[in-house]
Amino acid sequence: MSSILSIIYLTGSVTFILGLKMLSKPDTARKGNLVAAAGMALAILGTIFLYESEGAKLHNYGWIFAGLLIGSVIGVMAAKKVKMTAMPEMVSMFNGMGGACAALISIIEFGHLAGDSGSAGAAAMMNLHRAGEMMEQLGSSSREFIEQRELIQSMFSVDYRGTLLIILLGLIIGSVSFAGSVIAWGKLNGRVKDFAFPAQHIVNLIVLGIIVILAAALLIHVNDVYPLWAHGGGRATGFSLLFYGVLVLSLIYGVLFVLPIGGADMPVVISLLNSFTGVAAAFGGFLYDNPVMLTGGILVGSAGTILTILMCKAMNRSLKNVLIGSFGGSKAGAAAGKEQGAYKEISLPDAAVVLAYANKVMIVPGYGLAVAQAQHVCHELEKLLEEKGVEVKYAIHPVAGRMPGHMNVLLAEADVSYDKLLEMEEANAELPTTDAVLVLGANDVVNPAAKTDATSPIYGMPILEVENAKVVIVNKRSMKPGYAGIENDLFFQPKTSMLFGDAKQVLQQLVAEIKQV
Amino acid sequence: MEQLSVFIQQHIEMIYVVILSIFLGIEVISRVPSVLHTPLMSGANAIHGVVIIGAIIVMGKAEAGNYLALILGFLAVILGTVNVVGGFVVTDRMLEMFKNKKDKK
Repeated sequence: MSSILSIIYLTGSVTFILGLKMLSKPDTARKGNLVAAAGMALAILGTIFLYESEGAKLHNYGWIFAGLLIGSVIGVMAAKKVKMTAMPEMVSMFNGMGGACAALISIIEFGHLAGDSGSAGAAAMMNLHRAGEMMEQLGSSSREFIEQRELIQSMFSVDYRGTLLIILLGLIIGSVSFAGSVIAWGKLNGRVKDFAFPAQHIVNLIVLGIIVILAAALLIHVNDVYPLWAHGGGRATGFSLLFYGVLVLSLIYGVLFVLPIGGADMPVVISLLNSFTGVAAAFGGFLYDNPVMLTGGILVGSAGTILTILMCKAMNRSLKNVLIGSFGGSKAGAAAGKEQGAYKEISLPDAAVVLAYANKVMIVPGYGLAVAQAQHVCHELEKLLEEKGVEVKYAIHPVAGRMPGHMNVLLAEADVSYDKLLEMEEANAELPTTDAVLVLGANDVVNPAAKTDATSPIYGMPILEVENAKVVIVNKRSMKPGYAGIENDLFFQPKTSMLFGDAKQVLQQLVAEIKQV
Repeated sequence: MEQLSVFIQQHIEMIYVVILSIFLGIEVISRVPSVLHTPLMSGANAIHGVVIIGAIIVMGKAEAGNYLALILGFLAVILGTVNVVGGFVVTDRMLEMFKNKKDKK
């Protein structure tokens, strides 16, 4: 490696650390992202022009630049076009592509391994083998010859286990991350429904077990099989099949791993898969002795794991709890079976009056607001009410929407001022003095069962205690339960009234009604 | 066992880097406000796109006749680039909004 490239890689690693550090503070976050991006660009360009392997520079520049160009165009288009609401899906998709990239590298390197070992060493071994046969035909089987043969064999046999182990780990983790991210993406945009079958965790464990056994078999036999490679033969083919078996099973495992986890937990899963891809990238770093891949990958791996745990903490749940899936479909069914009372609806004009004559209104946004793209009318409603002398605040639950911070981003897009957004503790302190709460497409984050019902799957999650306000108006599309798949007692309480419909339409009508009040 | 110690001996520098990086990653983001969870995840997502470097090396080493390596490598370069470029652009878009918010405050 040229010394300039070494310095470039060092610089790249430092920018990643600085970038992550800056990203974790609001004031410097944006700059931090740019710092890391600049470091990445430097590392990529340095690799293209300065990388040398065994004295030879890289070739296939046409392919490389074409790939970079196509990838950049797709990346920029996707990132610029995506709606704020679909941001989480996008991150998941990008993550999946990183995972696929790592898996592809492993597949190609596996092929190289076969090619390398097939040449010189194998030819020598075959000659030895033939010499041995000739000796036998001649009737002499001298001890000396056998000892000599073993000596030469040991000289020519290279230990491939280390390399193969790294290739396999990159393959398995990359594939799981890819398949899992695609499922997470599908779940967030509603293409893939929650799906769980009995004993799924056991099936998952079995699949994982088979992957480990296959990988172990590959590692145990690699040194005997590789010398045969160049000359084909059944064992070598079987060996390749075993490798592709690991690939397929890893993809299946990725799907099974994410499938039963409820949509509300997707942010945690995406964050976890994100750190998986980081680890897969780090194995690439091991494979090529490449320090920037190693540090970048490991940093994301460890930072991503901590971030995952922080996200779980924000929901007051453990990671194990999320993964084993207390939100999973099977258990949620039990809680939903409970007998419920009647709910009452409120008409638009009535709702308009309630809001317009309140002193203080608290808006609780949720995923429904994001889906309906209602953030701009929501801001309009807020301004209108303020003109009428109503104090309007937003209560932001840390996991409202599909990702932590989702609502903040969304409302910021609609120019809602920062000081109107209350975090959960502040909001809960103000709710008892609030006249009217308007819940816009939020459900689980205002479900009192989290405090009162120990059997509920969301028991223990901190919630916005909207039932402490005088009146609660809930806008939802229907009475369907939220993502956790459980009924919400709040909707059946006497002080709650329902206002059905798409958040955007309902808000537009509300704005029109309030203007007439 | 002996092979293991040889392996560790040969890769001792990398092992140091790995272990120190793990602690660094934990330290660097252990105190982050929940509002920044999503952009931070997205930023980290872009950083692990560094795997693109591996894809470039694989692509750059592929022999002209090895179509499997060429095609898969090409695909890997595209996917890796989407991860890097898309990741940084999306993160920037998210953070752009936070900045507006700060200015108004």
